[in-house]
Amino acid sequence: MIQLRNIRKSYQTGFTSLEVLKGIELDIQEGEFVSIMGSSGSGKSTLLNILGILDDYTEGEYVLDNTLIKNLSQKQAAQYRNQFIGFVFQSFNLLSFKTALENVALPLYYQKVPRKKRQELALEYLDRVGLKEWAHHLPTQMSGGQQQRVAIARALISKPKVLLADEPTGALDTKTSYEVMDIFKEVNNQGITIIVVTHENDIAEMTNRIIRLRDGVIESNTILAQ
Amino acid sequence: MFDFDKWQEIFNTIEKNKLRSTLTALGVFWGIFMLILLLGAGKGMENGVLQMFGDQAVNSLYVWTQKTTKPYKGFSPGRRVQFTNDDIKALRDNFPEIKHVASRIHMGSLTFIKGNNTGAYEVRGELPDYIHIEPIDIREGRFFNPLDIKERRKIIVIGKAIKKVLFGDEEALGKYVKVGGIDYRITGIFKSKRKGERAMEDEQTAFIPLTTAQQIMNMPNRIHWFVCSMHDDIVVSDVEGELKALLRKRHSIHPEDKEGIGSFNLAKEFGQFTGLFAAIKLFVGFVGIMTLFAGIVGVGNVMLIIVKERTKEIGIRKAMGATPGSIISMILLESVFITTLSGYLGLLAGTGLLSLVSYALKEFDAESMFFANPEVDFSIGLLALTLLVFFGAIAGLIPALHAARINPVVALRDE
Repeated sequence: MIQLRNIRKSYQTGFTSLEVLKGIELDIQEGEFVSIMGSSGSGKSTLLNILGILDDYTEGEYVLDNTLIKNLSQKQAAQYRNQFIGFVFQSFNLLSFKTALENVALPLYYQKVPRKKRQELALEYLDRVGLKEWAHHLPTQMSGGQQQRVAIARALISKPKVLLADEPTGALDTKTSYEVMDIFKEVNNQGITIIVVTHENDIAEMTNRIIRLRDGVIESNTILAQ
Repeated sequence: MFDFDKWQEIFNTIEKNKLRSTLTALGVFWGIFMLILLLGAGKGMENGVLQMFGDQAVNSLYVWTQKTTKPYKGFSPGRRVQFTNDDIKALRDNFPEIKHVASRIHMGSLTFIKGNNTGAYEVRGELPDYIHIEPIDIREGRFFNPLDIKERRKIIVIGKAIKKVLFGDEEALGKYVKVGGIDYRITGIFKSKRKGERAMEDEQTAFIPLTTAQQIMNMPNRIHWFVCSMHDDIVVSDVEGELKALLRKRHSIHPEDKEGIGSFNLAKEFGQFTGLFAAIKLFVGFVGIMTLFAGIVGVGNVMLIIVKERTKEIGIRKAMGATPGSIISMILLESVFITTLSGYLGLLAGTGLLSLVSYALKEFDAESMFFANPEVDFSIGLLALTLLVFFGAIAGLIPALHAARINPVVALRDE
């Protein structure tokens, strides 16, 4: 599903350039549930942004579902994002002025799905995360766990190949964190590849593979028997 | 193509961000509103001053006699000549430029008696042409015709104010009134076409046929002075000199004598006013354009702030697969929609207020010589609005492009 070949990324800061990723080699198969760990500054967020086609890389090759992701125009990048990837963020990133239902339906709007169909699907996905009754509430009226579940429903509605989660449990207490991870597992069981960035060991333990980053290189790549 | 879904998304965003939308709208509304008021006020001033002229034929020349100052052909200075009907005939023969001539005799203030009601009013002897030069609004009856002049009929046309004093609400047309000891039949009652004090003055005047006045004053063939209007394509100043030269010659006045015959060129006076208003229009236009410009900068500014404020939202939308194009059109359409709607409302409110003021001025007869009937061409308003929306969109384009370049990574970075 994902092949990273010698991925390098450097940022130009003034006269010096800072290399954040120093040649990442990584293969992730379809249906895997992977966690990426590392201290801050290890490059894990940068890696996730590259995987999510939110950011460009300086060198190397990134192939996603047999499509080379390189030197894309903004428009192409947006289309691939919409088509391949679902995002879940630490701070949920729901649009505060839209209801749960509207938030979930948003990716379909950019796929030009008709309104009625959008709403039907959005309701179905909200039901899957157990929030059907909350469809017409604003994010501010919901708890953190509920908001994250809305965000997951939103990430799933476009039927992505890969679900990318950036510290999805960072803002949640242990109990809700586990609930969210349970949802991820369920989603993973349906065959969707999931990549979670986290710095919590217990969260990482729930995935099938832990990739540890340090100073821009992969330090270890451990497959867990689950 | 009308993209229903896109508009729904835009309405949704506008509705959910009422304060932001209202503030933007208010700026545009106010800009257009003030522009319309400004234009209307300028027009009102112009109308007020131009109304002084009523419906008067402005392309006209007033001519009268004065004391001569130079000896000529055996005449000593200090003489005062008198115009005659023959002068008018000579002018008519020599100057095809002249359209209408109204020779006049001033009879001064005469006593009007009707039953127990009396009053003293200005009376003038006039020709039928008078009504073409200084139009009055004949409310009842008629003005003079050539037969009245030929037969020296004892008829009189009186102002509305005189009728009111002498007859009250009774019928006056066809009745007789004693003026300066002679009975006249009233054939017409008129209302002034001017406004305010000038109208009141006009309506306290009465006219009798010129020939009748000549007979009563015992000055057959003679007139006091005259007004002549020129055809529309004639410049009065071009004719004025020659016309006066002919009169000087007929009355043996020294050709270099600047006195002797006096004249007043109304066209010149009017030209000065129109020149003044052209300048005022230019000024108002300039201020208007500057106001519009301020409005455009305002819209652009607000849009820039909006984009800043929406950075995160735009980041999220991009992460969800929004293309740069869809972000640009979202921001632009939102701004164009808000500016168009609020600008149009401002246009309506401005023209509404103007017509209200106009109505009130008319209703309470408060139109003065400096302000009357403020109005604005709706098409000019629409043009202003179109300009505002167009440049507003251009002003909004910069923030929109800015928005399209927003990097979702940066936008979504947690503080």
